[in-house]
This record gives sequence, C-alpha cells and structure tokens, in this order.
Amino acid sequence: MPDTGLDWAAWAVAVPLVGALLAGLLSRPGSRLGPGLGVVFGLFTALTVAGAVVAVWRDGPVRAGLGGWDVPLGIALSLDGLSALMLAMTAVVGLAVSVYALGYLRGSQMRGKFWALWLWLWAAMNALYLSGDVFNLYVTLELVGLAAVALTALSGGAAALGAAMRYLLVSLLGSLAYLMGVALLYGGYGVLDLAALGVAMEPDNVSRLAAAFMTVGLLMKTALFPLHVWLPPAHASAPAPVSAVLSALVVKASFYLILRLWLDVFPALTVPGFELLMGALGAGALLWGSVLALRAARLKQVVAYSTVAQLGYLFLMFPLMAVTPGAWQAVVFFALAHACAKATVFLAAGNLQRAAGHDRLADLGAVMRAEPMSVFAFGIAGASLVGLPLTGGFIAKWLLVEAAIEGGAWGWAWLVLGGGLLAGAYVFRVLGHAFGRSVRLERHERVPGLMAWSTLALALVSVVLGFAGAASLELLALHGGRP
Amino acid sequence: MNSSWLLVFILLSSLVPGVIIFFLREESHSLRTAFNLGGAGLKLILVGTLLLGVQRGEVYELRAVLLPGMELVLAADALSLLFASLSSVLWFVTTIYAVGYLEGSPNRSRFFGFFSLCVSATVGIAFSGNLITFLIFYEILTLATWPLVVHRGTAQSLRAGRLYLGYTLAGGALLLAAMVWLTVLAGSGDFKPGGYLMGLQQEFAPQLKLIFALLVAGFGVKAALVPLHSWLPRAMVAPAPVSALLHAVAVVKAGAFGIVRVVNDVYGTTLTIDLGLALPLMALAVITIVYGSVRALFADDLKRRLAFSTVSQVSYIVLGVALAGPLGAVGGLVHLVHQGLMKITLFFCAGNFAETLHIHKVSELNGVGRRMPLTMLAFTLGALGMIGTPPLAGFISKWYLGLGALQVEQHWVLVALVFSGLLNAAYFLPPVIRGWFGRRDEPWYETHLEHTRFETHWMLLGPTLFAAATVVVVGVLAGMPFSPLDWVSLIVEREYAPPEVGP
Repeated sequence: MPDTGLDWAAWAVAVPLVGALLAGLLSRPGSRLGPGLGVVFGLFTALTVAGAVVAVWRDGPVRAGLGGWDVPLGIALSLDGLSALMLAMTAVVGLAVSVYALGYLRGSQMRGKFWALWLWLWAAMNALYLSGDVFNLYVTLELVGLAAVALTALSGGAAALGAAMRYLLVSLLGSLAYLMGVALLYGGYGVLDLAALGVAMEPDNVSRLAAAFMTVGLLMKTALFPLHVWLPPAHASAPAPVSAVLSALVVKASFYLILRLWLDVFPALTVPGFELLMGALGAGALLWGSVLALRAARLKQVVAYSTVAQLGYLFLMFPLMAVTPGAWQAVVFFALAHACAKATVFLAAGNLQRAAGHDRLADLGAVMRAEPMSVFAFGIAGASLVGLPLTGGFIAKWLLVEAAIEGGAWGWAWLVLGGGLLAGAYVFRVLGHAFGRSVRLERHERVPGLMAWSTLALALVSVVLGFAGAASLELLALHGGRP
Repeated sequence: MNSSWLLVFILLSSLVPGVIIFFLREESHSLRTAFNLGGAGLKLILVGTLLLGVQRGEVYELRAVLLPGMELVLAADALSLLFASLSSVLWFVTTIYAVGYLEGSPNRSRFFGFFSLCVSATVGIAFSGNLITFLIFYEILTLATWPLVVHRGTAQSLRAGRLYLGYTLAGGALLLAAMVWLTVLAGSGDFKPGGYLMGLQQEFAPQLKLIFALLVAGFGVKAALVPLHSWLPRAMVAPAPVSALLHAVAVVKAGAFGIVRVVNDVYGTTLTIDLGLALPLMALAVITIVYGSVRALFADDLKRRLAFSTVSQVSYIVLGVALAGPLGAVGGLVHLVHQGLMKITLFFCAGNFAETLHIHKVSELNGVGRRMPLTMLAFTLGALGMIGTPPLAGFISKWYLGLGALQVEQHWVLVALVFSGLLNAAYFLPPVIRGWFGRRDEPWYETHLEHTRFETHWMLLGPTLFAAATVVVVGVLAGMPFSPLDWVSLIVEREYAPPEVGP
C-alpha cells in the first residue's frame, strides 16, 4: 500500500503505462482484450490519482528524488496542489472518455490501437504533471505530443492524416524550441531542477532568450492565437473520444507547463509589455475563435473553434497576475471547468454525429430532437462554457472577474464578460437547431447507452464543479514549487 | 430535521417533477399532468406552511459556501414570501391552463419540463438571501425560459429567442460585474431591511453609484425598463401560458423584484436617497410607464398591446420603491402581486380568444362578448383593474402610489400617474367596448374546441375565471388579514422601522 503522495503519484504513471504496453502487445485488431484492459487500467489509474490527491490534501506538497537520488544528481518528482488538481482533472475526464470509448469503438478496427495510445497518453500526461525538472518535462512533453498525434491520425482518411501531419510538425517544432531553451538554461545555470532554477534565476539576456524559446514553443502546442491554425482541423477530424481528450486535456498539459515555468522559475524575467502582449494575444484568441465558431457550418468545427477561443482566457493569467498575484488560481480553475465542459461537448457532438451520420449543423435539428439526452448534456456543458451559474464555468468567470476588478483592471474584466456573451452566441446557435421546425428525420442510428450516459455523467461533473470552487482553491493554496 | 429544509423542499417540489417529466414519453398525458399538478399542489401546501411559520416569526435560513466570501443563501423573509406565494399560486393556475392549451400539440414533455424548471428558478429567486444567490437563480431562469420562448420552433420564434437571450445574457453580465465589484468593496452581505452598505458612502460614493446603475441596468433588462424593453413584445410569439407566466410572475417580475431587493435590502432607502439615486430611478420608471402606455395605444395585435402594457405596469413597482417612502413602497410592492393577477387574467383571455376563435387583433374583437361572455367578463375585470377602477386590485396599488408621491412631495409623479391612467383607459376600453357592443357580421371561426360544453375548453376557462375572481377579491378584501395589502404593510413596516438590534 503506497503511503506518501509521491508513491501514489508514481503509481498513477506506472499503471496506465503498463496498461498501454499490455494493450499494445497483446491485443489483436478486433479482439475484446483492448477495451477490457483499457477500462480496468483506467479505473486503477483514477484510484491512484484519488490517493495522490488525498495525500496532498492531508500532508501538503511533497518532492523526492527518483530512486533515492535527489537533485542535483538525480531526477526529482514533485507533487503539490496544482499537480494534484491537474492529475484529478485528467483522471475524471479520462475515466468518462474511457467509458464512452467502450461504446464508441465497439466493433471498430481502431480499438486495439486506441487503447494502447490512449493509456500511453494518460501515463505521459500524469508524468508531465509530476516532473520537477525541465529536461524531464521535455521528455514527457514529447511523449504527450507523439501520442496525441498518433491518436489524431487514428481514423485514417485524408483529412485526418493531413491534420495529424500538420499537428506533428507544430508539435515537433514546439518541443524543439522548448529544448533549445532548456539547453540555454543548462548552459547558464548547470541545473535542470525547477526549484533550483527558480532560486538561481538572474534577469540576464541569456535567461530571457531561454524563456522566450520555451514559452513560444509551448504556445505553439497550446495553440494560442495566432499559432492556433493547426488545432481546429486536428480536433474536428479526430474520432469523438480523441477530440475530447485533445481539446480538454492535451492543450492543458502544455499550458500547465507555461504556468509552472512562469510561476516558479521565470517570474524575475518579465519585461514591461510582456504581460500586455500575452493578454492581447489571449483577447485575440477569444474574439477570433468566437467569430469562427459562430461561422462554422459543422458542429465539431464549432466546438473546436470554441476551444481556440476559450484558450484565450488562460493567457489572461499574465496581465491579471501583474495586478492580482493570486489570479493564477482563477485561471487554473477555469482550465478545470473548461476541460470538463469541453470534453462533454465533444462527446455530445460525437453522439449526434453517430446518430445522424454527419455533423452538418443545418441538417442536425431532427436528430437533436431524437437525442434529447445528448442535447441536454451539450446544454449543461455549454452553460459552463458561457459561464452560467451552478456550473464550474460560472465560478471560474466569477474568480477571473474578481481578480481583474480587485486589481482595477477593468478592461480585462469586460473582456471576460464579453467573451462569455460570445460563447453564449455560439452555444445557443447550436441549441437553437434542436427547437427549429426542420425537415423530418431521415436517418437515425441509435446511440449506445454507454455513450449517452457517460456524456451526461460528465456534464453533471460540470455542475459538481460549480460547488467545488472553495475546495479547489484550498488545494491550489498548497503550492510547493517555491523553495 | 432542521425546519429550514422546507425551503429546499419547496424548490424541489417543482424541480423533481420537471426532471421526471423530461423523461416521460410524449403519449403519457395523464402521468405528466399528474406530476405537474401534484408538484404544483405540493408547492402550494409547502408555501402555505412556510407562510404560517414566517408569520409566527420563525427564521428559515440555509447556507452553503461556494467560494471564500461567496455564499449560497436561501432565506425566507416576508418579501420573499410575497413573491413565492404569488408564483406558486399562479403556477398552479397556469399549469392547468397550459395542459388545456397545449392539448394535442407536439413536444409537450419538453415544454412542461422547462416550465417546471422555470418555476423552480422563480421560487429560488424569491428565497435568495443575498445578491449572488439571486444572480444564480436569475440566470437559471434565463436558461429555463429560452426553450419556452422558442417552443413553437418557427423562424419568428427562434429570432425572438435570440433577441431574448441577447438582452438577458448581456444583462446578466452587467449584474455579474456589479456584484463582483460590490463584493470586492463591501464583502458579500445578506439582504436585510435597510441595506448593508451604510457607512461606505463617504469613501466610495462614486463607485456605489456606478454599481447601482449597473445593477438597475442588469435587472432592468428583464423588468423591461425603457430602453431595454424591446425583447418583450417580440417574445409574444411564445405560447399563451408562457406569455402569461413570463409577464405575470417569472421573468419580468424577477427583474422588478431584483430592483426592489437592491433598493430596499442592499442599499436601503436612506442610502439610495443620500446618494441621489432615487430621483433618476423614479424618472426612469415614469418614462417607462408613459412610453409603454403610448406604444400600447398603437398596437392592434392584442398580445402586443398587453406586452406594452406590461412594460408600463411593471414600472409602477419600480416607481413605488423609487419613491422611497413607506406609502409608495406599499403601492409598489402590492402592485407586484396585483399586476401579476390582472395581467395573467388578460393573457388567459387573449389565449382563449386566439385558441377558440382565432382572434389575435383588437379590431377583430367585435361582438366577441356574445360568443364568449365569461371570457369577456374576465377580460373586462382585468382591464378595469389595470385602469385603476375602484374597488379592483389596480385601484389599491395606484391609490397608495399616489399617496406615496404626495408623501415625498413629488407632485409631478402624481401628474404622470393620472396621465398614464388615462392612457390605460384609452387602450383598454376599446377592446372592452368592441367586445360587448360591437357587431360581427361574418361567422365565427369554429375550431376543434367546438364540441366543449362551455364557450371554450374548461381547462382554459376555469383558470381564467379564477384569476379574474382574485382581481376582485384582493381589491375588495384588501383590508383583511393575509391579503396582499396586509402582507405588504408588514414588509414595509420592517423596512422603514427596522427592529432595534445591537451593533
């Protein structure tokens, strides 16, 4: 029985990794072994994550060298409130997606590969949240990227392969930029550990260059406007469970890294105008993504562009932190709420696509009326994206606006509120089709119960998050990055 | 068990049936009706219990922490009960009406599901113990009413729905900004008679004024204050029971109720006057009253005329609180109830005319009194009440509003009231006169309702007559205990002479 939080966390990496290896080695295309392995290992991963979260809650942040070798010689793992929350987010969304995938992939040729890749991705993300040094982070980042690209290409087809190729190039370029930054840092300071770097950091030009490389690389992976062009095709053309994972979790992994770096390592390096630039890019993402979501003709494209828009909020962190130091907690909670809501929306879109055989919005009305449960889930999650009450999105919006107003930054407060209205416009544009008097139902395939119910369950998690604000903030306050 | 859980049960009494109804098949008509009426009846009983409890002076309050410094508070004070009783009585009546109205039309499970959610949200608004809780239920109300507005699914109703959402979500955003700001300045206080912002005005006067403006704008969207009213006449495309509920209790009243809460229980009347906010609010209300009446005068479509009349009449409530004197407050608050009763009567009548005889316009009403005498009688009572004829409900409200204006020496308000009363007569009397004394030459449109025993389906007629009867009863018996007027006087006493409590 693991006793410290780190033991639990290490298991949270090891369990899905073993699952991935087993699924990859043992399962033949079309066999039932993959799904079984996937769900069992997914469940155990979620349990270990729960153990880790409880341990952090009880004992506070922990860090330790792997195999007893601490820094500077060994590799450090660290687990604090932020990591724990990210692990938990991955586990909740991951579990729902796993159950969903059981139904979605039944009888599909993809399923053998899907389970191996998905568990692999899960392990890599967990490892990323636990790594305490910049080089390890590079390795996990690369693993996450490769697994995500492979998942994108899973459905075959020209569109998927093209999108995956583009994603691969961006991902590699991003990692490369990040790696150059790491090299510069190692050259300058001779350490890779986050905490040690944070202590030693001098505001000189080499460090600034390193920070710039790393940040730009990560921005590419996080698809911040104007580096977002790869995201919509990749997320819209992937199979539904993959879209959900990509939009909800994978972009959050690289964002987590940006947050971690600027929170624990680089705060000394900011130059005037930097925060404003990041905030402006975030605002650009918010506006441009929303406009495209309003114009998109296909449901999954609407959702993908909505991701571009909502990622913009994350980068309001920089200008907000400049006026209210605690603002990053609001942003993390926003990421949490967005992950749950966006995964739900993608899963619901997958249900509708399965039922109708297409996702052209204009012809979706009749199917939407025939699938009220999925539409309902879409509605709840959509309300969270808009920031309407009793959902996580509302709490997130409240926290963001509060941080802005506390710091007297009214412009950002109005931006957050206006972004909510834009989200309202595209969410209700979709929902409006469910009420229209469109043509009769032409084709309607029944959606498997596993898919419908897992979507609804994840939608209800958004509501639970509406009541989890205080607890999440308490967990985030257990911040162990600072030495 | 703690008796405060009664509040939660009241919320659940419509929420749970609503959720169950979503899952019912379209054909299970009687089961759905049973859940609807069962929930509505249970809610009436529970609210009645609560009413007795509050009158005995018992305190009902439940709290849950959402964020540090942000609490969800459910509480029952006299003012919340005024609103809660109104909505639960009218919900019961409207449910019966809606069952009759929608008989045989598609998507009824969806309709009644959202209908129940809508009422849960309204009751939640009534029991909100602080601004944040109020906002939460207020936004849920927006969400729950939108499907009702677009229920018919025509291009026109979808457009109306978009307009409605655009206005209300923007209003919600303003409210959120105002509430966050207020929380940053003053923390999150509970509603309490006399307000909780005393002492802040020396330091933060400009901020408080701006926040007040934001709050009034945010609530004003739903209360349809000019110039934020234009969604309301468009939303008339919704089915008649929805319009009735929207106008009488749910949406429009929620906005007005919000303004009442802000003036009475957040800022307090003293601070509102000190900051110089009462007069602008009064002016806004008067402009809306006159403007709505003028527009109603020129509307030929019956529901549209009623909609503009709502714009006008709801502002009487705002005017009442803005007068910031006890008598004015009595007038405004009692109008919250009276306007609801009168307006729901009128909308039921309009729905009856439209469903039975396909009459939608005032100019088509000629001679309808001979074909549907009972409905026309109800319409007449509602219209006379709106005009302010003694001893009907509307007279009581206007009497106290007038006294209130004299009490705070705003004579121009009295002039405006008289003028608006004349306008009311000018747009409500023509349909009444046409109905009773007009002559129709071509035959009536005969419909599927022809075979009924009465002039129209009994589920449409019954609620209409009941509502019309209340218009008379609350007017005639205004002096009796537990009449709206009596209850409102209790609220106002507590507001203007708060019980002495140590610091």
